[in-house]
Amino acid sequence: MYFLPLFIGLPLFGAFVLSLIKPRRVGDVLANLINLSLLVISFLLLRFGTLVYKIGGWEPVNGIPIGIYWVKDGLSTLMLIIVNLVALMATIFSVNYMERFTEKNRYYCLFLLMLAGMNGVILSGDMFNLFVFLEIASIASYSLVAFGTGAEELEAAFKYQIMGTIASSFILFGIALLYSYTGTLNMADMARVLATKGTAPVVFVGALFIMGFGMKAAIMPFHAWLPDAHPSAPAPISAMLSGVLIKVLGIYALIRIIFNVFGITPVLSDILMVLGTISLMVGGLLAIGQRDFKRLLAYSSISQVGYIILGIGLGTPLGILGGLLHLLNHSVFKSLLFLNSGAVVYATGTRDMQKLGGLNGKMPVTGGSSFIASMSIAGVPPFSGFWSKLVIIIACLFANRFGFAIWAIVGSIITLAYYMKVQRDVFFGPLREDLRETKEVPGFMKFSMIILAVLCVSMGLLLIPQLRNILLTPAVEVLKNGIEYAGLISY
Amino acid sequence: MVYILPIILFLVGLFGVLVKRNLIKMIISVSIMDYALFLFFALIGYRGEGMPPIELKGAEHVKFVDPLPQALVLTAIVIGLATTALLVGIAVRIYQKYGTFDIEKIRKLRG
Repeated sequence: MYFLPLFIGLPLFGAFVLSLIKPRRVGDVLANLINLSLLVISFLLLRFGTLVYKIGGWEPVNGIPIGIYWVKDGLSTLMLIIVNLVALMATIFSVNYMERFTEKNRYYCLFLLMLAGMNGVILSGDMFNLFVFLEIASIASYSLVAFGTGAEELEAAFKYQIMGTIASSFILFGIALLYSYTGTLNMADMARVLATKGTAPVVFVGALFIMGFGMKAAIMPFHAWLPDAHPSAPAPISAMLSGVLIKVLGIYALIRIIFNVFGITPVLSDILMVLGTISLMVGGLLAIGQRDFKRLLAYSSISQVGYIILGIGLGTPLGILGGLLHLLNHSVFKSLLFLNSGAVVYATGTRDMQKLGGLNGKMPVTGGSSFIASMSIAGVPPFSGFWSKLVIIIACLFANRFGFAIWAIVGSIITLAYYMKVQRDVFFGPLREDLRETKEVPGFMKFSMIILAVLCVSMGLLLIPQLRNILLTPAVEVLKNGIEYAGLISY
Repeated sequence: MVYILPIILFLVGLFGVLVKRNLIKMIISVSIMDYALFLFFALIGYRGEGMPPIELKGAEHVKFVDPLPQALVLTAIVIGLATTALLVGIAVRIYQKYGTFDIEKIRKLRG
């Protein structure tokens, strides 16, 4: 239980130290060391069940919690593992990639602040703390999008921040309404009060939260900022933003509140499924027409987030399992694809797919790992994406939602189409004359791409019952049990 | 019904963000939305004829205002400050690059 503060304390400490010192090697070592230790600790958390950490040791009075609580349950463990895994890979990649930027230590400082914010959102058992950590992560990500300080980066960052601030205002408004109705901020206590006092405000507050967190997650009607913001950031940050930030700030926070505080109702479930299907289709169709490598990946993120929302929105245990597995898979292969695009930019200096071609001969590691990631995201067996999409489609069929199953299959075919296009335009075909001098990227970048590619191949194994019971089943249980989350206040 | 007023203010801010074409006016509108929320929080904690929540000797059974929203508002103000500072910083850099604050003319990214 005393592990939990480390998830926020260590990155905050690292960010503070790195904002003061100059030498680049210290930054590389410190940031990687912090992320490595956080990954190790999050794997250690698998050995525990539910943990509640009360800050300052404030015990509940008459069964009413009065302090700030941090809660670790199955779902938090799953999210902590994936966030810290992608963060470690992104910092290893940054060691070489960020050499071309000035102020590398400032970059690590903002990176660690964003990581602290995300870990805080995952662990928080309290509405207002969730909001505060969400803002820490968001503000760090706005400035990281603008990190290149070119004209396009600044424009994207401004757009992103305006949208993000409106989203945060909606969320804060929703929290204010919930507080005035229930008189508590603790999520478990709030679930208890809502269960006894009636769920009258849930319709309006639920709409505010779906708008607010939906904007953070880039679900379809609220997606406009993502295709600008994600490609403008440096590649490891794009990997973090698309890989985990939209999932933690958007999807995790939304499903935690909808499932565990409000309790899922058929209406909410239908809204989530319809929004998910719209994102899945429209994001995919918009991705086909893109020429910019990273912009295509950004539209693809919108589409894959649609799958996750569709799966979890079903509300059946199988659907939740598929959604969470796809969340895990998408974090791995989308961050790998963004790192690949970073490697291509590093080696050739362009991300326009029509100016690239035939890079497989010159960059075997980048080409090979991006092939694995593309096949995985397109749902080709035996790669990981196939299994999660299969589970989602089967769950739709079992729930008698045949329409949604058909849309999911069509979306998968569209995904295959635009990733074939990426592979053909960038990595296969004849090598262009002006790319003769291209070299493979340096060692650390290769290392993190290889690790992620190996994970892409092997993640399907998580469905084997022995492994599933360790990682996925506890997370599914948390969402399936819904507002029994309220029982946490007796800890 | 006094709760309507912050909501109107919130909508004024939202309208400004969506309609205005000048970056600085958009930043001001975002701040107006923030202030509307702070007022809303302060109203939630208000009790008619309530006292500040300080225990005084001799004065028993006094009605207190709810102190928690006030603490939340302080935190939210700090967050709002950070947001505004970053927005203004980015707007200044945009002006250096583009020479204008007009959002219609700042269009290097394709939709």
